[in-house]
Amino acid sequence: MRSRYFDNISWVSLILGILRIVILVLIVVGAYNTLSSGKYSAEAWVGLIASGLAQGSIYALIALGYTLVYGILLMINFAHGEIFMAGAMTASFLANSFARSGFLNQSPVLAIFILLCFAGLVSASIAILLERIAYRPLRGSPRLVPLITAIGASFFLQYTFRGLYGSGFQSYPGTVDALKGNLTIGSLQTPITLTQVFVFFCAFALMMALYWLVERTKIGMAMRAVSENKEVAALMGINIDRIIVITFALGGFLAGAAGVINGIYRPQGVFFRMGFFPGVKAFTAAVLGGIGSVPGAMLGGLFLGLVESLGPNLVLEGLGIPGANQLKDAIAFTMLVLVLIFRPQGILGERLAEKKA
Amino acid sequence: MKNIDWRYVLRLGLIAGVVVAYVSAIGVLVTFNSRSIVAGVLTLGQLILYIAPLWAGYLVGKKVLADGGSYLESLLSGLGVGVLSMVPVLGLIILPHALLPNLRRIFVNISPDLITLLTFQQESLLSGSLLLVGLMTALGLVGSATHLIPTQVRRPLAIALLWVVLVGMFSELLIQILRPLNRTLVTTFFQGNALKSNIALALFAITAALNWIVTSQRETVKTQIKQLPSDYQKGLYIASLVLVFILFMLLPRVVGSFLSEVLVNVGLYILMGLGLNIAIGLAGLLDLGYVTNFAIGAYIMGVLTSTSSLGRGQLSFWVVIPICIVSAMITGFLLALPVLRMRGDYLAITTLGFGEIIRLLALSDWLRPLIGGAQGIVFIPKPAIFDFVFGTSSQLYYIVFFGCLLVLFVSVRLNNSRTGRQWMALREDEDAAKAMGIDTIQTKLLAFTLSAASGGLAGAIFASKLGTIFPNSFDLLVSINVLALIIVGGMGSIPGIMVGALVLIGLPELLREFAEYRLLAYGVLLIVMMLARPEGLIPSEIRQRELHDEEVISTVENPSA
Amino acid sequence: MTDNILVAEQVTKRFGGLVAIKDLTFAIPRQSIVSIIGPNGAGKTTFFNCITGFYTIDEGEMVFDGIRLNGREANQITRLGIARTFQNIRLFSNMTAIENIMVGQEPHLTSTWLGAIIGTPFSRREEVDAEQEARRLLRFVGLAGKGDAMARNLSYGDQRRLEIARALGSKPKLLLLDEPTAGMNPKETAETTQFIRHLRDELGITILLIEHDMRVVMGISEQVTVLDYGEKIAEGKPAEIQSNPRVIEAYLGRGAAASATINTAA
Repeated sequence: MRSRYFDNISWVSLILGILRIVILVLIVVGAYNTLSSGKYSAEAWVGLIASGLAQGSIYALIALGYTLVYGILLMINFAHGEIFMAGAMTASFLANSFARSGFLNQSPVLAIFILLCFAGLVSASIAILLERIAYRPLRGSPRLVPLITAIGASFFLQYTFRGLYGSGFQSYPGTVDALKGNLTIGSLQTPITLTQVFVFFCAFALMMALYWLVERTKIGMAMRAVSENKEVAALMGINIDRIIVITFALGGFLAGAAGVINGIYRPQGVFFRMGFFPGVKAFTAAVLGGIGSVPGAMLGGLFLGLVESLGPNLVLEGLGIPGANQLKDAIAFTMLVLVLIFRPQGILGERLAEKKA
Repeated sequence: MKNIDWRYVLRLGLIAGVVVAYVSAIGVLVTFNSRSIVAGVLTLGQLILYIAPLWAGYLVGKKVLADGGSYLESLLSGLGVGVLSMVPVLGLIILPHALLPNLRRIFVNISPDLITLLTFQQESLLSGSLLLVGLMTALGLVGSATHLIPTQVRRPLAIALLWVVLVGMFSELLIQILRPLNRTLVTTFFQGNALKSNIALALFAITAALNWIVTSQRETVKTQIKQLPSDYQKGLYIASLVLVFILFMLLPRVVGSFLSEVLVNVGLYILMGLGLNIAIGLAGLLDLGYVTNFAIGAYIMGVLTSTSSLGRGQLSFWVVIPICIVSAMITGFLLALPVLRMRGDYLAITTLGFGEIIRLLALSDWLRPLIGGAQGIVFIPKPAIFDFVFGTSSQLYYIVFFGCLLVLFVSVRLNNSRTGRQWMALREDEDAAKAMGIDTIQTKLLAFTLSAASGGLAGAIFASKLGTIFPNSFDLLVSINVLALIIVGGMGSIPGIMVGALVLIGLPELLREFAEYRLLAYGVLLIVMMLARPEGLIPSEIRQRELHDEEVISTVENPSA
Repeated sequence: MTDNILVAEQVTKRFGGLVAIKDLTFAIPRQSIVSIIGPNGAGKTTFFNCITGFYTIDEGEMVFDGIRLNGREANQITRLGIARTFQNIRLFSNMTAIENIMVGQEPHLTSTWLGAIIGTPFSRREEVDAEQEARRLLRFVGLAGKGDAMARNLSYGDQRRLEIARALGSKPKLLLLDEPTAGMNPKETAETTQFIRHLRDELGITILLIEHDMRVVMGISEQVTVLDYGEKIAEGKPAEIQSNPRVIEAYLGRGAAASATINTAA
């Protein structure tokens, strides 16, 4: 008879419903308080939005890796943040030598292009190795087994790179000359830095390239086929293993490139554990957009970047919480938890629900 | 030659070689080289270097023999593996080092020390490399040659070798324990922090002989015990339990303060392991935010007992302990509510999120007036009974020990109860469990809540033991440590958790060099366990029902049969 | 009316746009053996899932022994006295056979976790009784001596039996068997058929069966219901069903319906 108290699912639903309302009320009240206090100028908001979008587009690039792999294998590649780290750390040495030799400032476009490709290739090879050694033998085992393996792989990669490059912080060279200063439209100086513009467009170009690849090429078609139905795809003569490797490589390449872009945006803090936070946040972005959906990951990344950038000032300060900017990461994690609780299928995603059925 | 699979030889040799190159490049070899096992003969670093070709030789020899090859072919393939295993090291480490002396700016661990180690202190790189190739080839050969020895001999030899390595590795510790007892004993057995070579040889011979005797006698002893009347068997069982108990009670006196400290840490992780085991091992809920419970216990203990300005109440340790446990359970319950209907992998990530949120909140200025922000809480008193203060590790040991006993008791009871069965059914197949009439929501809630309890206990003892707590002691790594020890020991297996905690928590503290590579090792262990032995080192065995044997029941019910 | 243990009244179940079960009205007389047959995808297992509460029905009403089942959770429905097996055996594979049956007895166990920790006489007693009952059921299905084996280590036929034993653990009034003879050889099939009849005769349990093997269906059922595309196309005694042209059409296609009759051995 004990069960009378707990039995009803609706009892849990009720609590979740209340939680949902409380959160909405808090957000609205916080935002209202901040906006009505007029503490921040319009310029400050534009600045926050710009930094949110720049950071968000980096998340989006990493998120694509999660989404691509999930779309095909239905597994969360928890070590994806480390793949990002691998590219970022390795390329930092090359970037610094480019900076020392002056190559970076002489022909920044070519230098950055080389850096992106280099980091992308490093990360892609790590991703391929990971798939081959750790994940492939586990295909078809219960869902938790690859997840635990991925957690193991995450630590393995972190400490491998610590062993290779040391435990200290590395950094990227300071801002490239061509990217110094702010964006000016006509004679109007905006609070948007040129670096932010670069980050945004660079990430956008990469995403468009991926989108084209997935939607328009033969490989992309094969990838989509495998993600729809592996057995049928195999019957159609598609080499599943090859497609999976390509998927990991693509995700890895984007993560590595994101590492370089991140390094140009925020030169400091390159070290072996740098992948954890962006990794989890990108995963959040992927789920937010509907994991498995390519445009979803892009939107999710941008959205998360904005929330993370605006949230502390807009909502938390309005609620009278001191040191709101310290809670940036906490906001991202809260976002993660809330999305998983309330909308695991994401903004754009119905695919997951279908797949599960 | 037709029985040698050359592609296998090539693959195995190169894998061994890559492993050697890898451990060289990340600095494992050099770091462990400082720990010597047998004075002047063998260091741990060297041992690691030798193991790869030895093992590859062993495997390849086995394969060739299994394919119907002759001993000669097997030796030949071992030779091949040995040679191949050196190619990556030469190509990736020694050669680049010779060509690009500045390489060290990037790869910090490809150092002159490493090269000296790899080339056996030879003046010229060439002669050193040749020495290395020769030695590795020989080791590959030796590895494959082990199949020439009959199994009954090989086993004791291998085990004796393992013993020598273990004793040598922990010489420093043994010296610490032995020195107060008998100084001459130390000087006869050890030299520096390693075994003397003649003693090592003697130890090898003795353990091999002992092992030989024990293995041959084991079966007879077993059957002898089985022939005893059941009352005697039961008595023997209880007596051995009592003996173990007494041993554990005396342990801190014997091993000294340093080892007691290690034991206390192991104990805290056993507490957490047993707790998390309910969620992961029994109910199959992968909770990556277990640190939350640990943090709640620690912070409640901190706030309620601290004598600093943050302290409220300054209550006694013993009063606060139950509060900590209950608070952890309440937190566990509340955090479980939103995740009840989640799929396994999402549940894992969500709980990870909870853990990080709690840490970030503890770190923030917002809650600083309550729990001290980044500065944490200081002046947390040690537990005391009247005037007796559990000040040192060897005294705290008893609190942890009895805590473990309590949690162990509860775990075993739950394991073998209706509740335990409900959890296992949930783990095995949630839909089927529901079809059996199990209220899955309630069962999950209970698993999370009870699982949290011992985390809270561990946190409380932890806070009191350290006297100071900082938010950064409560990061994801704690959860990962606990997860790793459960996975390595065997999900759902109680003895497995204890062994897991000893190996994963105890070992790194005993081997200081290991600390740096601890998480690397955890990562490797998690992957390897999932690939090779998902059930863990000591899998939970079928719960034998000694009292309700099939025969007993059937004769009781059908006396005619 | 009173001698029907389960009554489904115009039950409809949809998945998105797909209507899996349409306006199904259906009654199971107490202590009978009733079969549901129909081509693949006809909605048989879906109907099982609707009865046992795995799916919530969109329209209609389901009444078991005078109690409305609509809106009840699967575990509550089991507690009312409906037990089931699964088409693709779903035992708790890493638990022993005995433990599997003990889980099956859930609806009748009342000891709590606290009682288990303290070790109250009541919970000890209950555990011992439950285990004895489990051993008894194990013998009943012919698995005596295999109680301590892991479920996954049992042979296929033994696993099917164990699943039935587990379902019997809840002392059901109505037992739903989803293709109990799938994958069995003729000898095993005959044994199982015999066993199902035995279940009803000895224990008085009403049995609802999904089955593809016509020999089994025609041999033991008192009533056969035929589903096609989620609709009931025929219902009656086995002999009536065999000669029903709509059934033949559903199974063999329109052309065959005119000339053929279902071969009982098919």
